[in-house]
Amino acid sequence: MRNVFRSPHYGDDILIQMDVIGFGSLLIVMLIGLFSGLIMGQQMARALRTYGAIGQIGYVVSVALIRELGPVLVALLVAGRNASGIASELGSMKVTEQIDAMRALGTDPIQKLVTPRLIATAVTLPLLTIIADFLGLVGGYIIAHFQFAVPFSQYWVPAYQNLAYADVAEGTVKPFAFAIIIALVGCFYGMRTTGGTEGVGRATTRAVVVSSIWIFVTTYFIGAIFINMR
Amino acid sequence: MSEPEILRFENVSLRFEDTPALDQVSFRMIPGETVIIYGAAGSGKTTLLKTALGLLKPDSGRIYVFGEDVTNFTEPQWFPLRARMGILFQEGGLFDSMTIAENVAYPLLNSVAARASNQRGEVEEKVRQALRFVDLEQTLDKFPSELSGGMRRRVGIARAIVTEPRLVLYDSPTAGLDPITAYTIISLILKERDTLNASALLVTHRFQDGHLMAKFRYNPSSGQIEAASQNGGNAARTRFFVMNQGRLVFEGSLAELAAAKDPYVKKFAK
Ligand SMILES: Nc1ncnc2c1ncn2[C@@H]1O[C@H](COP(=O)(O)OP(=O)(O)OP(=O)(O)O)[C@@H](O)[C@H]1O
Ligand SMILES: [Mg+2]
Repeated sequence: MRNVFRSPHYGDDILIQMDVIGFGSLLIVMLIGLFSGLIMGQQMARALRTYGAIGQIGYVVSVALIRELGPVLVALLVAGRNASGIASELGSMKVTEQIDAMRALGTDPIQKLVTPRLIATAVTLPLLTIIADFLGLVGGYIIAHFQFAVPFSQYWVPAYQNLAYADVAEGTVKPFAFAIIIALVGCFYGMRTTGGTEGVGRATTRAVVVSSIWIFVTTYFIGAIFINMR
Repeated sequence: MSEPEILRFENVSLRFEDTPALDQVSFRMIPGETVIIYGAAGSGKTTLLKTALGLLKPDSGRIYVFGEDVTNFTEPQWFPLRARMGILFQEGGLFDSMTIAENVAYPLLNSVAARASNQRGEVEEKVRQALRFVDLEQTLDKFPSELSGGMRRRVGIARAIVTEPRLVLYDSPTAGLDPITAYTIISLILKERDTLNASALLVTHRFQDGHLMAKFRYNPSSGQIEAASQNGGNAARTRFFVMNQGRLVFEGSLAELAAAKDPYVKKFAK
């Protein structure tokens, strides 16, 4: 982590990576956010109506989305897109000796390749998660309003007011942790690729599998910490 | 120390899991010398070059570069030394996200030692000069993927020599090239050696490459290579190494190589 603060900074590299990770994933993150809200609205509304609690739908959707579904779904998506992208890019650089060339020609590949990807992911993943969360709430509202005639304020006010500080904190901490997992796992498997183009394929697959597993394990443990905090 | 050394290995060994890539390798190289390294695939030639550059750390033994004991050097300590060395990688190692000009400028803009002594305008001139040297000045704004294999090799040479290093390491510069292009590449390496008097360590599979390096010289007035006179010049200071399974099994002149009895060594001498 010391590298994050050490000059020279590779500012352009960070911007390029933010573009790749952030804008590259924006549309699909929006779609996933919206549809997870629609799906959750649909399923929750049925259950809630059975107990005559349809008025709680805004609250239920917002807690589930913000604490868990938003961060995890977006992280899994970004892991599929970017942990693999990072691993295959760095892996190809490794097997064509570009990483050796960097070291031979005077740059530290950790600083030039890993740090910008880490920073870019840590900045963009939380932003993408916020966007997905918001669109998910909109999706929940569409179902609540058009299928179950829940009025605007009855959906949005509890969705907003009942959120505890811990809910928001959990929803913010998770994307940061996932971002670190995605970037580091991708870089790790990329940088230690061996065995030509075949090796790049293996590194890519492994990066996605391993980062996805870590996302699930981590979300459980962060969740456990926050539940004990309430 | 009688003569200033440029590179010395003392009983250097390095293993990858269970393959010994270098096994008790010892040799020394003095300035102006050319060393040709022959050896079958997997005999440790690339590993030897990368160890000389500090990209791989030996398990045991000592390494001296430009007279300094670099055995326990850290990465930052290596940077100023690497700035005085040039390398052409076997797999090219050209950055494919950068143009040819950016690739060749890279060592000028990034190596610690070079960065301090280069002004922007100077960098551009040096890049042009290096590309002119390999006859590729017209490709400045192209990307590596737009060039042929032989052209990429030449760009690699331009990048390796742009800082005018004292020691240049060439890893299989002619591998996979047709005889004409291979000849062009070796001519460039000869030209670099004879115009800058740099030392060179050249890994190759081709017997002809070593023969050219040991018997020919670059003539600056004609711009061609020609047979060198028997006594003297850099051509005469060419030595041959043969590697087998990580061990240095032969060290000597072209004549000694031709007279070798060992069946493995003999294969590289005809
Ligand atoms: N990164 C690595 N991981 C594991 N083994 C390696 C690695 N690099 C090289 N080796 C092994 O070390 C030995 C020497 O490899 P090296 O690349 O030095 O051979 P070489 O003489 O350059 O061969 P070639 O002529 O094919 O380039 C080989 O057995 C190779 O499989
Ligand atoms: Mg090799």
